[in-house]
Amino acid sequence: MNPITRIQSTTLVLPQENIDTDQIIPARFLTTTERTGLGRAAFYDWRYDGEGHERADSLLNAPESRGRAILVAGRNFGCGSSREHAPWALLDYGFQAVISSEIADIFRSNALKNGLVAIVLAPDQHAELLARPGIELCIDLESMSIRDPHGWRAGFTLDAFARRCLMMGVDQLGYLLAQRAAIEAFEER
Amino acid sequence: MPRTLFDKLWDAHVVVPETADAPAVLYIDLHLVHEVTSPQAFTELRQRGLPVRRTERTLATLDHSTPTLPAGANGELPYYTAEAKMQVETLRRNAAEFGVRLYDFGSGHRGVVHVIGPELGATQPGMTIVCGDSHTSTHGAFGAIAFGIGTSEVGHVLASQCLLQRKPKTMAIEVDGRLGAGVSAKDVILHIIKSIGVEGGTGHAIEYRGSAIRGLDMEGRMTLCNMSIEAGARCGMVAPDEITFDYLRGRPLAPQGADFEAAVARWRALASDDGASFDRVVRIDAADIAPTVTWGTHPGMGAAIDASVPADDDAQTVKARAYMGFEAGEALVGHPVDVVFIGSCTNGRLSDLRVAASLLRGRKVHPRVRMLVVPGSEAVKQGAEAEGLHEVFRAAGAEWREPGCSMCIAMNGDLVAPGQTSVSTSNRNFEGRQGKGARTVLASPATAAASAIAGAIADPRALRADQ
Repeated sequence: MNPITRIQSTTLVLPQENIDTDQIIPARFLTTTERTGLGRAAFYDWRYDGEGHERADSLLNAPESRGRAILVAGRNFGCGSSREHAPWALLDYGFQAVISSEIADIFRSNALKNGLVAIVLAPDQHAELLARPGIELCIDLESMSIRDPHGWRAGFTLDAFARRCLMMGVDQLGYLLAQRAAIEAFEER
Repeated sequence: MPRTLFDKLWDAHVVVPETADAPAVLYIDLHLVHEVTSPQAFTELRQRGLPVRRTERTLATLDHSTPTLPAGANGELPYYTAEAKMQVETLRRNAAEFGVRLYDFGSGHRGVVHVIGPELGATQPGMTIVCGDSHTSTHGAFGAIAFGIGTSEVGHVLASQCLLQRKPKTMAIEVDGRLGAGVSAKDVILHIIKSIGVEGGTGHAIEYRGSAIRGLDMEGRMTLCNMSIEAGARCGMVAPDEITFDYLRGRPLAPQGADFEAAVARWRALASDDGASFDRVVRIDAADIAPTVTWGTHPGMGAAIDASVPADDDAQTVKARAYMGFEAGEALVGHPVDVVFIGSCTNGRLSDLRVAASLLRGRKVHPRVRMLVVPGSEAVKQGAEAEGLHEVFRAAGAEWREPGCSMCIAMNGDLVAPGQTSVSTSNRNFEGRQGKGARTVLASPATAAASAIAGAIADPRALRADQ
């Protein structure tokens, strides 16, 4: 994983509440044994019609949406299944961060383990971002803040451990394996 | 200080305590594995040259991508896609290479992972149990901490038998009183999710308490705990009691003989202490719970079956109603149904099939309806066939299938067609969950069977009154 300290991008806003993991990646794409190349499946049924043609009415297909790395989504994003394919698909599509006022537990845990920065904002600040789609934002993990170029600022909290892993670009398995002596001692108890 | 059941189990599994800087290292007693969320984790182990740390604590099966039709004349199972078949073969190869027990086709115990864990007696009180599947909360019915994890975490547990976890908050949901006739565990949990919302349990571990919960059998408690995740909760549990111990006695992977009695003596201590405090308490009167179904596109959009579809005009309700093909204020009962699915980790156990069969005996599935009955495991199938339930379903005009997740997640080719309405005993009614454009109404096995007969959403209490 590459270290992440700062993400700068225009936002893409999907204001719907309770966007579940079946929307983020439908189950029929889960038969893969790989974790790569899932960007095409991201929000597939929102982006493609029954014949597999791109839907012109999908914001996710708009040329100006391409390259937007910050997804601002309605409350309770990522509810539903534990499929890690959801953050894999979002990352492969091009998102690097997702912001909501509430993010489902398993999705958030999966996202942070893969370098997709999942940020929960206070409802009023979240509402401001929902109301201003396509604005330029800078997410700074060092100061745990989000800014726009005009002085708007919102602070957030991130689990200290997950934040350190993101900023150092290390995965959590290495940390767990280093606990081997404690694990062995526990097993002998 | 008095502790909750969750606190006790958590404390007993902490390898390294949580600090401000790092989550706890939590020991995992039982790791269940299936074909969909494990391939990338085994790849990770292989790339790092790591073994599975505790193969005896790891148990695998095949359920999500497997066909529910038997092998054809050529002896080949009718996999939906070549990729699905490859996923199954990948788990076989990984299990053999890493020395993990796999309950494969014909083992007598292959089935939906959350059905076979309990039925084998692998699921036991006091354990920590994980699986790369959000419905792992099912196993909490035995008084265990059981929760779903992602594939990275599947790798963590395979390699270290531990997980990095922050301790969630606790929530007590107390359901007291007597459940009405025709009201099942499924109705209780749909009522709870409707009451607290799909994010009502986020960040919390739920303990279900109260006389109505104590009165549920183990399969009902599993149905209840299964859908904890649909309220956003990390896990859900019920303290073990005589009903739990009776269920486990004699199961192949449970302790045997004197060891079992010794285990029961330990398990009896697994309850929240008097005076233990929960971060949140929700009280529900059992008498308020009717047979409950969903009308919308998440499990919190539910209503009593004799109620109407909400006429609210907020954007979410309008969108959900339109997707589902419901009119504002339309009565739920009588809405036409195309497909009925009985099965899944929520309601694919023998008691569920018995309830459905009891209503279908001597009756016919409405000609408009395609009905699929999918037993949760090979053992459930065997048990049902020993009682002749398959004959009841077939005589009524339903399809009797091989075990698997089937139409709950619809990744094996068992699909609801676009625009069709399905009354389903599964756990999720998200847009497209049972197939692109499919409309899912979540319901109990009794409501599903009654709806199959009527060809429309039907109140099972009315059908029972006819008998």
